[in-house]
Amino acid sequence: MELYIRPDYEIVRNESRCTVCRVCERQCANELHFFDPATGRMRADESKCVNCHRCVSLCPAHALKIVKTDDAYRENANWEAQTMHEIYRQANTGGVLLSSMGNPKPYPVFWDRLLINASQVTNPPIDPLREPMETQLCLGRRTVKAERDEHGRLKDTLPPQLKLSVPVLFSAMSYGSISYNAHESLARAAAELGTYYNTGEGGLHRDFYKYGKNTIVQVASGRFGVHKEYLETAAAIEIKMGQGAKPGIGGHLPGSKISEDVSRTRMIPQGVDAISPAPHHDIYSIEDLKQLVDSLKEATEYKKPIIVKIAAVHNAAAIASGIARSGADIIAIDGFRGGTGAAPTRIRDNVGIPIEMALAQIDARLREEGIRDNVSLIVGGSVRSSADVVKAIALGADACYIGTAALLALGCHLCRSCHTGKCNWGIATQRPDLVKRLDPACGCKQLVNLITAWKHEIEEMMGGMGINALEALRGNRLMLRGIGLTDTELRLLGVRYAGESL
Amino acid sequence: MKIRANGMHYAALNAAVRDSEETDIEISGCGGQRYLGAGLADRKIFVYGTPGNALGAYLNGAEICVDGNVQEATGDTMNGGVIEVHGSAGDATGYAMRGGKIFIEGDVGYRCGIHMKAFLSQHPAIVIGGRAGSFLGEYQAGGTIVVLGLHTDGKPVIGNFCGTGMHGGEILLRCETLNVALPAQVRAERIEGPGSEESAALIREWCARFGRNAAPYLQAVYYRLTPNAENPYRQMYTPN
Ligand code: SF4
Ligand code: SF4
Repeated sequence: MELYIRPDYEIVRNESRCTVCRVCERQCANELHFFDPATGRMRADESKCVNCHRCVSLCPAHALKIVKTDDAYRENANWEAQTMHEIYRQANTGGVLLSSMGNPKPYPVFWDRLLINASQVTNPPIDPLREPMETQLCLGRRTVKAERDEHGRLKDTLPPQLKLSVPVLFSAMSYGSISYNAHESLARAAAELGTYYNTGEGGLHRDFYKYGKNTIVQVASGRFGVHKEYLETAAAIEIKMGQGAKPGIGGHLPGSKISEDVSRTRMIPQGVDAISPAPHHDIYSIEDLKQLVDSLKEATEYKKPIIVKIAAVHNAAAIASGIARSGADIIAIDGFRGGTGAAPTRIRDNVGIPIEMALAQIDARLREEGIRDNVSLIVGGSVRSSADVVKAIALGADACYIGTAALLALGCHLCRSCHTGKCNWGIATQRPDLVKRLDPACGCKQLVNLITAWKHEIEEMMGGMGINALEALRGNRLMLRGIGLTDTELRLLGVRYAGESL
Repeated sequence: MKIRANGMHYAALNAAVRDSEETDIEISGCGGQRYLGAGLADRKIFVYGTPGNALGAYLNGAEICVDGNVQEATGDTMNGGVIEVHGSAGDATGYAMRGGKIFIEGDVGYRCGIHMKAFLSQHPAIVIGGRAGSFLGEYQAGGTIVVLGLHTDGKPVIGNFCGTGMHGGEILLRCETLNVALPAQVRAERIEGPGSEESAALIREWCARFGRNAAPYLQAVYYRLTPNAENPYRQMYTPN
């Protein structure tokens, strides 16, 4: 007999409003709403509810709400209901717990303990509506030896750069983990915004080669979909060493999610598991990493910047220092709150460190060693707003990767059930009937709106500080003050406490 | 075109190969230059000496023949073409290759054919004359690996952990007895001859390239290794 796990949510239907139109029944991929002919009313099997709010959002009569159940176990601060349920689940199945999206645990969010400066009196603020603000930037290696040709003219020895009109890129999400329409939305928005989206490790769909100029392609241990044309089409190539949601753990897309189209994009047979374990089996050192970096540069004739992506882990600063010497042009660091299509719960919730700490330490370390300009830094792993972006840049980042925020703009309701493949919002699914719920034209528009709004906000915050170029904000930690932080946290972040003047 | 590679930097050597007007290129004095032929499609490269790591990485149809040994990661993520080595190869030969063929006259190191995959009409193959090191065909998802066991040092034809995580493709081992433990996800069957016309063709091609009489190889006993399941990890998870 299986241990019973009581549902976490209750579906409250306002019977006086419900017209029995059965929209909720049709909309729910978890098939929990049903019509009861005996009573002529709608009913619901709450055990199937993932709280994605699809039915609530689409009910034309506004008759539905989902509430947290008030059914309570005996109160226990140590053994919460979720903890008990996890034990029941494992006792029932013997399986490794699998979750999705970012770490939901109440760890400190350091973004929320950093405050941004503004100018008063002596160094006047700048009005972004009146004055030009520079939010364009380039990512890549900046250290080059000046060389002159025989006529004494400077030669262009600048290594390849990524040019962005705003310091935000869409982070790696593979086709397979998210849908075709989600990918198309991201690709179109990146092109319209003058930034980049990232294929993840699932290959690049034929239809999206036309967005190549705005595409970063990934090379992971399983090398799915990696071939000459894929590398050549992209604007940059990212070597995936790690992912914030599951440091030390690889990707595993179950065969059931490998549809015909996904299989063609990954270049693997349909229905077979796609396994990309954590280690690259030819990388055991920085020298080995350099070999992969160099082989990709050779294969693309030194025309593309190479990004190395790592998860934020305890020794991130030392690792980044090695990567900055490996020939990589850009380092991407993914914090432990980063999202995922599927990760073992225990890894997601317990492994890695906050991106704020990793970033502050990496930037400081690279500066100390005089190699900061060897690389650009992109950070992700829960960047939620333009304020987070500004704080990240002041802590030393060049740009930010957003994943979860981008999916939210596409309609994701953070139900954290992507691993089931039944995303009711057409994002984390391959089921054609669900995928078509996300219209790429709308998705693209929403993403463009979001980033355009963030850009204005970034300009406003910069203007407030009296700063008119991102370059002047980068690593400018004097623009930040900590609040509610310990001395150690302040030291690691390299910021002063709120109220502490120069 | 002939290139004397002695002491040349790999980037210069690769650029010379890439930019050559001629498709046939002969490189002599090769000594450790890496990434030779990376991503190339329409070249025939003949190498004297010992190329460095990642020979023919992302190879896309070119043919490379080496008169000598090769180092690690030969044919990394190869998509098409042929690599023929008149000598032995280091670790991770044919890492994640998806198409094309690699023929090694001698032995290969660890993790040969790791992540090898097949795709539509692309069916990659590695044929090894001697023996293979540990972790042969790890995570193999497709394609064919043949180990002919011509080595004379008396060691088993494969090392430990052959086919760990294997979930597609096949491995053919020419040996009378298989006295090496295999992981649970690998099934082994003893067959007379190479089992299929495709495998026989691969063996014939290897023999032709290295000047051997194919008959004894086609009549020999082989062990054919295939995965037990295509989804070895399906049962491992519980949605939370
Ligand atoms: S969608 Fe709303 S009105 Fe329609 S059946 Fe469901 S609860 Fe009733
Ligand atoms: S992508 Fe879909 S399944 Fe995943 S959290 Fe968002 S709404 Fe839920």
